Amino acid sequence: MPFQPVKFYQTGSFVAGNRLLDPEERTVQADAGRSNTLTSGHRACQGCGEALGARYALDAAMRATQNRLIAANATGCLEVFSTPYPETSWQLPWMHSLFGNAPAVATGIAAALRVKGRADVRVVGQAGDGGTVDIGLGCLSGMFERNDDVLFICYDNEAYMNTGVQRSGATPPAARTATTAAVGSEPGNVFGTGKFLPLIAMAHEIPYVATATIADLHDIEYKVERAMSMHGARYLHLLVTCPLGWGCESSQSIEVARLATQCGLFPVFEAEHGSVIASTKIRRRVSVEEYLRPQKRFAHLFGPGGRPDVIAHLQRIADQRIARFGLIEGGHLDNDGAHAETNGADGRHAGAR
Amino acid sequence: MEKPFAITLDVGSSLANKTGSWRTERAEYVHRIPPCADACPAGENVQQWLYRAEDGGYEAAWRTIMEENPLPAVMGRVCYHPCETACNRTHLDAAVGINSVERFLGDAAIELGWTVPEPAHHSGKRVLVVGAGPSGLSAAYHLRRAGHEVTIRDAGPVAGGMMRFGIPQYRLPRDVLDADVRRIVDMGVELELNHHVGNVLEEKSSGGFDAVFLAVGAGIGRRAYIPAGDSARILDAVSVLHSMETGERPLLGRRVAVYGGGNTAMDVARTAKRLGATDAVVVYRRTRDRMPAHDVEVEEALEEGVLMKWLSTVKHADPGTLLLERMELDSTGFPQPTGEFEELEADSLILALGQEADLALLDGVPGIAVEDGVVRVDATMMTGHPGIFAGGDMVPAERTVTVGVGHGKKAARHIDAWLRGATYERPPRHQLVTFDMLNPWYYADAPASVRPQLDVARRRSTFDEVVGGLDSRTALFEARRCLSCGNCFACDNCYGVCPDNAVRKVQPGEPYGYAIDLDFCKGCGMCAAECPAGAIEMLPETV
Repeated sequence: MPFQPVKFYQTGSFVAGNRLLDPEERTVQADAGRSNTLTSGHRACQGCGEALGARYALDAAMRATQNRLIAANATGCLEVFSTPYPETSWQLPWMHSLFGNAPAVATGIAAALRVKGRADVRVVGQAGDGGTVDIGLGCLSGMFERNDDVLFICYDNEAYMNTGVQRSGATPPAARTATTAAVGSEPGNVFGTGKFLPLIAMAHEIPYVATATIADLHDIEYKVERAMSMHGARYLHLLVTCPLGWGCESSQSIEVARLATQCGLFPVFEAEHGSVIASTKIRRRVSVEEYLRPQKRFAHLFGPGGRPDVIAHLQRIADQRIARFGLIEGGHLDNDGAHAETNGADGRHAGAR
Repeated sequence: MEKPFAITLDVGSSLANKTGSWRTERAEYVHRIPPCADACPAGENVQQWLYRAEDGGYEAAWRTIMEENPLPAVMGRVCYHPCETACNRTHLDAAVGINSVERFLGDAAIELGWTVPEPAHHSGKRVLVVGAGPSGLSAAYHLRRAGHEVTIRDAGPVAGGMMRFGIPQYRLPRDVLDADVRRIVDMGVELELNHHVGNVLEEKSSGGFDAVFLAVGAGIGRRAYIPAGDSARILDAVSVLHSMETGERPLLGRRVAVYGGGNTAMDVARTAKRLGATDAVVVYRRTRDRMPAHDVEVEEALEEGVLMKWLSTVKHADPGTLLLERMELDSTGFPQPTGEFEELEADSLILALGQEADLALLDGVPGIAVEDGVVRVDATMMTGHPGIFAGGDMVPAERTVTVGVGHGKKAARHIDAWLRGATYERPPRHQLVTFDMLNPWYYADAPASVRPQLDVARRRSTFDEVVGGLDSRTALFEARRCLSCGNCFACDNCYGVCPDNAVRKVQPGEPYGYAIDLDFCKGCGMCAAECPAGAIEMLPETV
């Protein structure tokens, strides 16, 4: 009889729930009693990746803190669509002040809690990529260097979507936005600009820095839970699709985020005290073209008058990131079954976990 | 209420904002038909019984099979599993080993003594089933479950029909066949053996039967005229396989030639090998790709050392030698003689050129139409004579055990309706699930489990079963390889991925595990796109 591992769960831990898994191994999102920190009736667009990512992350943080959690929110889509006066979609204590000061507000909440002796209540700060990498960077860097006890989450949708899709420091090269038109010899956002904030956060040598996308729910929840198990400044950079700004179908939000990871352009990893300790391996590798094609912000790269040279440039960037973050181990793609005997659910999250 | 400075309104929840009004498309849970069930000649809901087996609910899985097919242990051995050919998992790695899981469940039922109870109600109607082969047994089982009195009459000394007298023991051990048959008889089905039905109308009226199902099979080997010298030994495959069951082992000699290219040719050549033939040569006038025999059978025969002589016909048989003529396929694929001859040493020639039905029992029955040696039936499996139905190898169809079982079930439904003066309405067929409707990202990698095979050396000399079964761990693994095409398997993905929290979990027992809250569903389609199984459909919203 050929040996077969018994621990095989059909869809393993790729889906949210899976009746074949023990309830503890399922996600918070599969639980009918999840917090729904961002509840129904919010005014985000159809298929909003940020609304999804915020609920994923905050529900996990709520579970990790037994619902003792306060959120500080920067200005941006997430704030606007969730709280048109006098309604709120938030089902946790939530505070909004300005566009650029969410990290400082979070720091203040944490300081006040310390004064009150409420070690049980934890704090998250959250913002979009504009509020994090551009406008709020000063406050955020201060929060990092003081090692304030805050988990700061950036919902990165790669532009200022709320005000009409203007370029941010997180907008990828070649992407068309309202301020980077797809005209001229270098259409879209120019190469060689912008910043990747997780690396800046790591330079502060804070306890924990991680990236994730809405395409991997288990991964987000794992990272939020891990972050909440620590104290000090922690940073989670979450790639969230914006169907409006990226020009993809609302139903494709998760798929496009998944393609971003599988082509290598968005590396998923975690770092402690400034060093990368683990990266999520690519499971089904695709070319950057497969990631770019469904998005209208890259439409000028395709078709007649398209720019295969630009696509090739983006492919080189993806290849470099794959090498830099070790997204393909020893030239092999992630093999779900290979670790099935030693790990809970189909051997995902092997290695550092 | 006293409000803080500059605040004039109470805090409200966004739940007051019914974003469902934005929607132009609506998500709906659907059941689609998976390709396995679509391809199953017996109409088994394969995905559904695999679903039950996935969490170790083997008895529930077995009972789901028994809804459609009363012979799981037999099926798990002799079915050519068109389900696996159709399986969407072939696009990922390899088909789910449906047949091997079915066999595991069938064997578990025998080992643990799972039975089907006698029907709770009795219709008072009596049905005669002629023939105790797969089709007859299947019809008897389903009619009995519907509450009718069923009597099976078979000319043979034991039940099973072609499953016993056509399929060799190394493919279907007799204790397995006996167990599956006994379970049907134990439901109160009367089995009368050694009872040759000479005239069906006479037996119908003398026995007081309200309806008859004929499933006499096709048990007569087709003969071809082959010029032969004196004492050339020519037999037909059906008789050879039959005599294997009745005790006298046929004398075939050391060198055996088998003429024909179907499954029976393979069976008889492999049997000859086991009886001690040094050479068993299959002579077939076309090429391998045109052989009607199923690939597995040809493969297993070749492994056991059966030789194949393609593009050849037998022109003359003499004691000890055959004269073969080489053929060539013409542009239409039909074999044409070339005029080139060769000799083949053979002590006996076994003809496996197809089988015919003995339809003598229908002589003089008005309304019966026979075409190409088989009985014509309508869409309800009824012959031209009211109340007389027929199925299996004696009607036009592919001749396999599974098709026979399917005929029996179909006929039973129509007979049951006919006895009540009603017509059986087939439920509307769901949409077929193609691979592009699935989201394969979510399925974990898993290579197929391989059933152990008996050593070739032992296969050549004994009639032990060639293909082994899966153990419970492997069977569970194999069941869990199912993609659950087109049917919700409670993975919670839709519940997780909705950005608007508009998917609700509903109580078990509802037709689906989830429901869409249309007050808040914006119609983004994410649940449908991220459903691994393709069980959610987006429909345009009507205004």
